[in-house]
Amino acid sequence: MLFRIKEHPVLEIPEVRKFNIFYNGEPLEAYEGETVAATLLAHGVKAFRRTERFHEPRGIFCGIGQCTDCIMEVDGKPNVRTCVTLVHPGMVVRTQEGCSGENEAKHDNL
Amino acid sequence: MITYDVVVVGAGPAGLSASIEAAKSGCSVLLLDENPRPGGQLYKQIHKFFGMKEHYAGSRGFEIADLLFARAGEAGVKVSLNTKVWGIFPDGSITASGPEGSIRYKASLIILATGASENALSFPGSTLPGIITAGAAQTFANVYHVLPGKEIVMVGSGNVGLIVSYQLMQAGADVKMIVEAMPEVSGYLVHAGKVRRMGVPILLSHTIVRAVGTDHLEAVDIAELDEKMQPVPGKTERVPCDTVCISVGFSPRLDLADVGKCRIVYEPVLGGMLPWHNENMQTSMDRILIAGDLSGVEEASTALDEGRMAGTYAAYKLGRMKKEEFETEKAAIMKRLDILRSGPFGSRRKEAKKSVWEDRNFGT
Repeated sequence: MLFRIKEHPVLEIPEVRKFNIFYNGEPLEAYEGETVAATLLAHGVKAFRRTERFHEPRGIFCGIGQCTDCIMEVDGKPNVRTCVTLVHPGMVVRTQEGCSGENEAKHDNL
Repeated sequence: MITYDVVVVGAGPAGLSASIEAAKSGCSVLLLDENPRPGGQLYKQIHKFFGMKEHYAGSRGFEIADLLFARAGEAGVKVSLNTKVWGIFPDGSITASGPEGSIRYKASLIILATGASENALSFPGSTLPGIITAGAAQTFANVYHVLPGKEIVMVGSGNVGLIVSYQLMQAGADVKMIVEAMPEVSGYLVHAGKVRRMGVPILLSHTIVRAVGTDHLEAVDIAELDEKMQPVPGKTERVPCDTVCISVGFSPRLDLADVGKCRIVYEPVLGGMLPWHNENMQTSMDRILIAGDLSGVEEASTALDEGRMAGTYAAYKLGRMKKEEFETEKAAIMKRLDILRSGPFGSRRKEAKKSVWEDRNFGT
């Protein structure tokens, strides 16, 4: 909740419906109409995935669906752009390891 | 296959105004955008625009987006959001995938208004989470009311860097400094004055040379630069921060113009590689027109008028507008564009635009 803007001199901050999503198994409060990336940033989560070969952390870069740096596993589906995907109640979000889902072939020999 | 006179790609200021003009002249117009809401990047602009009434001076970006979208509806433009265009074919057909699957449309003319992408900056540690574009910071703060971080270093003192710094402070963040590699501020002094009055130092001839952190950004090294843009030995300072915003310019988003086989030219003042076009926004491909940042990175106001130009020319080209009417409309648009492209910043863009228009090697 640390990073939610409560007051703003120009913008009206509307009251919206709140519900939980699950981030690596932990419940996180999300606001209806926001993206997965916005929910995670609101809770101070910065590293969204790790790279295939060097396991380096990656997170948000462009925020508008162009760069694909923020992809995660969402509801069991890998490579979902979290900055353009809206949250829904009970959504399951996981840190993505590498460039594919758990059951897909890894490319450690690259 | 569903047929339209004009299919417009991109519902930002350029695409919306192109659609409105073409539809007003009686063309059937389909406007496609991959995002869930129209307006392009206008919806995250919360500052008041200045300039002329034709550019909605005094209104905030998101208000302009709503207004244009309403006008497009009144003019009879069919809009498909959440729809990503992925192909343009020689027969003039255009393919897009959206909520109803992948659909192939036939268009007499295509207007591409795909906008621009923010440039990245490469330095050791530049991939750490916490290093984001200025536009991303603006999206999170202004659209989702979430701060990307609390202690921010802005890289780049162009208008975007200055405006976003101010907006992040409005939202409650601490902008520790703005660093600018050039020896002078790149943006308008009115914007620089606003952030300086709020106590944010603008460090000229300084740049970021390294980012440190394990799981995410914890600090950056800021170095002073000499006249040859090289770091001065011993003049590097470590600045703790949780967010770096990169604001070092934009590049036209060329993908679809490239797919459509438009000839590409290079013009550094306008953001680098861009499709060749003339004053009417006609590219080297007879069926494809362009508008807005794709045709050279400028401002939302220029995009509005370039969009009007493309939409008007499309109507004329399709025989929906008489020559005299077209010439009168074009003269009015060109006059406004000339005003936007004046002054120390604008005149460079005007010269660059002219050199693209006059490059007959690429013309049709």
